[in-house]
Amino acid sequence: MSAAAPTHAGPTHTGPVGGSPTARGRSGTGALPSVLALGLARTGIELKQFFRERDAVVFIFAYPVIMLAIFATVFGQDGATVGPEPGIPFAQYFLPGMIATGVMLSSFQNLAISIAVERDEGGLKRLRGTPMPAVSYFIGKIASVLISSLVQMALLLGAGAVLFDIDLPTTAGPWLTFAWVFGLGTATGAMCGIAFSSVPRSGKSVSAVVIPIVLVLQFISGVFFVYSDLPTWMQRVAEVFPLKWMAQGMRSVFLPEQAESFEVSGSWQHPMTAAVLAAWLLASVVVGAKTFRWKRRDDG
Amino acid sequence: MTPDVAVHVRDLHKHYGAKRAVDGLDLTVERGEIFAVLGPNGAGKTTTIEILEGYRHRDRGEVRVLGVDPWGGDRTWRSRIGVVLQTANDQAELTVAELVHHFSRYYPSSRDPEQLIAAVGLTEKARTRVRQLSGGQRRRLDVALGIVGRPELLFLDEPTTGFDPEARRDFWDLVAGLRDEGTTILLTTHYLDEAEHLADRCAVVRDGRVVALDTPSALGGRRAHDAVVHWTEDGVPRSRPTDSPTAVVAQLAARFAPGEVPGLEVRRPTLEDVYLSLIGEGRTTLTDATTSPDLPDQDAQDARTAETTEEAVR
Repeated sequence: MSAAAPTHAGPTHTGPVGGSPTARGRSGTGALPSVLALGLARTGIELKQFFRERDAVVFIFAYPVIMLAIFATVFGQDGATVGPEPGIPFAQYFLPGMIATGVMLSSFQNLAISIAVERDEGGLKRLRGTPMPAVSYFIGKIASVLISSLVQMALLLGAGAVLFDIDLPTTAGPWLTFAWVFGLGTATGAMCGIAFSSVPRSGKSVSAVVIPIVLVLQFISGVFFVYSDLPTWMQRVAEVFPLKWMAQGMRSVFLPEQAESFEVSGSWQHPMTAAVLAAWLLASVVVGAKTFRWKRRDDG
Repeated sequence: MTPDVAVHVRDLHKHYGAKRAVDGLDLTVERGEIFAVLGPNGAGKTTTIEILEGYRHRDRGEVRVLGVDPWGGDRTWRSRIGVVLQTANDQAELTVAELVHHFSRYYPSSRDPEQLIAAVGLTEKARTRVRQLSGGQRRRLDVALGIVGRPELLFLDEPTTGFDPEARRDFWDLVAGLRDEGTTILLTTHYLDEAEHLADRCAVVRDGRVVALDTPSALGGRRAHDAVVHWTEDGVPRSRPTDSPTAVVAQLAARFAPGEVPGLEVRRPTLEDVYLSLIGEGRTTLTDATTSPDLPDQDAQDARTAETTEEAVR
């Protein structure tokens, strides 16, 4: 028999499988790990996986930087600026939009695609068969997105400051605004991504469904164009979605005070921004909790 | 039900529209046994197993897994079972060691990750990313992740599909080792030899019901089936179904004495033959799928006619 052959190079599997049999008595041995501890463990493993998917990392991190470079260069030729004299340099004007778009990429697009693929590959079903609670899984997703988004922000702001001489805010006020717009925007994007991941029929079709949505939102939300230059009907459409509000919130952080008067409403509309983002966050939590699937659609 | 029962299923029903995927299925798995569920694709095996694992709801029937209704099984219950699903390709960028360590954190009293990796024979691959593993290595990792929490009951769904023979043999040793530790194992498989080698008992499922349940050697009344004695005479293969193969062989031996009976074999229906007849795809004869030792092909001792042979044996 092959199991006894001396040439057999493989392992032998006789005997107890890991650990002494006497340790089997489970009654009273150890409590289930806490939801938070597992959430942190999930965060670690999610970050590891994210940073090892090199093509996705490069795309998500480089895309806003490259877009900023292209748009600032094309529109900013010969020192053109936005608004009445002295005007705002195009690089500075586009930076907030690219930050907003970066948040959407690393939260919404990243999770919508990665969870759909995970579901398709059987990873979610495997997790469902373990005592890991669903809440820990979502903590891991959201925390890892927050961390990767922070890295992305650092890169984007660094590139803006170094390559395009953009003056970053030096007072606490704008950074406080940045913190809540970024935090709320990332959480909203992440929850929308989790909810949206159940929409595509399979992991193969998910990019084809998600990327057009992301692109259209970028064009109508004032990421690539000056928002006030867009047709009114397009502004109305964009107002429904979070990206417009994130971009506007970021403009309030990175543009000088005079730019507030360029806004369509003549105001940064912070309360409205918070309200729209919070509404999307709440809606996506409710919808996501109802529709989240651990198994593929064709798997019953 | 008693504490000695790991899985208890009575009159289980699951319908999808007009299709009755599971249609009145009964099943009892005792603690400490390896129980194999056999059946063709679409027989209701996977649906049943997934109901037991808590992945699917049932329409009707009584189900207890380790004394708990799996629909609504909580974390404590999940920590007592282990699930090894059919092929998955997830988490390809993590290493074997990372995954086993990570999953070990889900359970209240886990196995030691390093010892477990060694036990499934992946020590040399511990730092290798999952995408670089072979199919068999990947499967052993799946099992490691399924048993890291010391489950009382392990579900193995078609665990060796695509394995080479040696890898399967290793895998069987691994599973048998788990049983020896006291783990109850519920196995589904397409491979009859796997069921025969591993299982203490087998159930054959067809059209959403159990159509036979017994030890592999007794399944479908296999012991009672006629044996068939085969030999070669005048270069012509002969065979004779009988209830008493020993007597037939003795007669043949006497007739061919002092030489060998050419091509002598005694065959009984294999598990596969029984299985195929149970699921309604059986061949008319129960004798043509056997494996038997090659007998040395000796010259016929003398020339007898077919008629006399029949006579003599009769």
